[in-house]
Amino acid sequence: MYGWIWKHLPGPWPLKTVLALALLVAVVLVLFQWVFPWLEPRLPFNQVTVDEGSTTSVAVSLLR
Amino acid sequence: MNPEDQEELRTALLQEIPGPAPVAQTRGNRVRAVIRGVGEVFITVGALLLLMVAYQLWWTNVESAQAIAQERQDIEQSWADPDQGAATPTPAATPKPVTDKPIAEPAYGTGFALLYIPRLADHVWGLPLTEGTGKDILAAGAGHYVDTAMPGAVGNFSLAAHRSSHSEPFANFPDLQVGDKVYVRTKKVWYTYTLTHDDPNLTPTDTWVIEPVPGFPDSKPTKKLLTMTTCTPRYGSTGRWAWWGELTDSRYVSDGPPDNIDPTLTP
Repeated sequence: MYGWIWKHLPGPWPLKTVLALALLVAVVLVLFQWVFPWLEPRLPFNQVTVDEGSTTSVAVSLLR
Repeated sequence: MNPEDQEELRTALLQEIPGPAPVAQTRGNRVRAVIRGVGEVFITVGALLLLMVAYQLWWTNVESAQAIAQERQDIEQSWADPDQGAATPTPAATPKPVTDKPIAEPAYGTGFALLYIPRLADHVWGLPLTEGTGKDILAAGAGHYVDTAMPGAVGNFSLAAHRSSHSEPFANFPDLQVGDKVYVRTKKVWYTYTLTHDDPNLTPTDTWVIEPVPGFPDSKPTKKLLTMTTCTPRYGSTGRWAWWGELTDSRYVSDGPPDNIDPTLTP
């Protein structure tokens, strides 16, 4: 996979390196900005309230 | 690597050097490609998990620190009197008794109070309290359970905050002790609650803890109670920890802060 990406990046190796780093930064940005915030309430961590039928209890029951 | 494979690899490498001539698709090459692919998947999954941990334990704190500062500023601005500017309260030896009714429950997502807990002062000193307990609200301070009493009102004034991640305001929740003070500042009034007891072994569905009379859903409340909830164990969500308290004092902001605390300085 990484070999394939490297092969398909254009230009000589210094340009490839810059592009690869840019790709990495973009992926991390997408993860931190959208993917992880979406995922967070669906995971059984850091839920602090008491309520009935919350995402927490769903997650907890999934784990059991 | 056995000598045969080593030889094969050497040949393959030597073949690559001359240039664009395609490497022969031997069985060994295919096996290596599969192993490489599996290895890359493992490395990628590992990197994703580490990133998720970094997000939870570090980035949410960075984001929440900004959100909390912003929310505190919004609350202070909503309190500022446009006619007089910021009036400095003068401590009064004998403060006037508070006759104002508790404030009405604001719209969901509206910040309406600042919390000061000396025992948790490194995190809870001017912590914004916002109506509701949604994800974004708890990422910007403490949240007030909808439909529970407001500060100073008869019933059970109930709030929740994070114990890990999102600036972890209640990180040191277990350090709280009976008799500790929880100061709640609204626009006009300082309310002082004194902690009475706790229960560290609750479940996420123990909603009775925030009932007007905790554990007695049909009773009519007569006391002015406080309930604070957070998660336990610290980085988990399997349990809940609650502390209860009762209102012991209230005074006007214009008469100065209670018990000589200095809201501008963490103790």
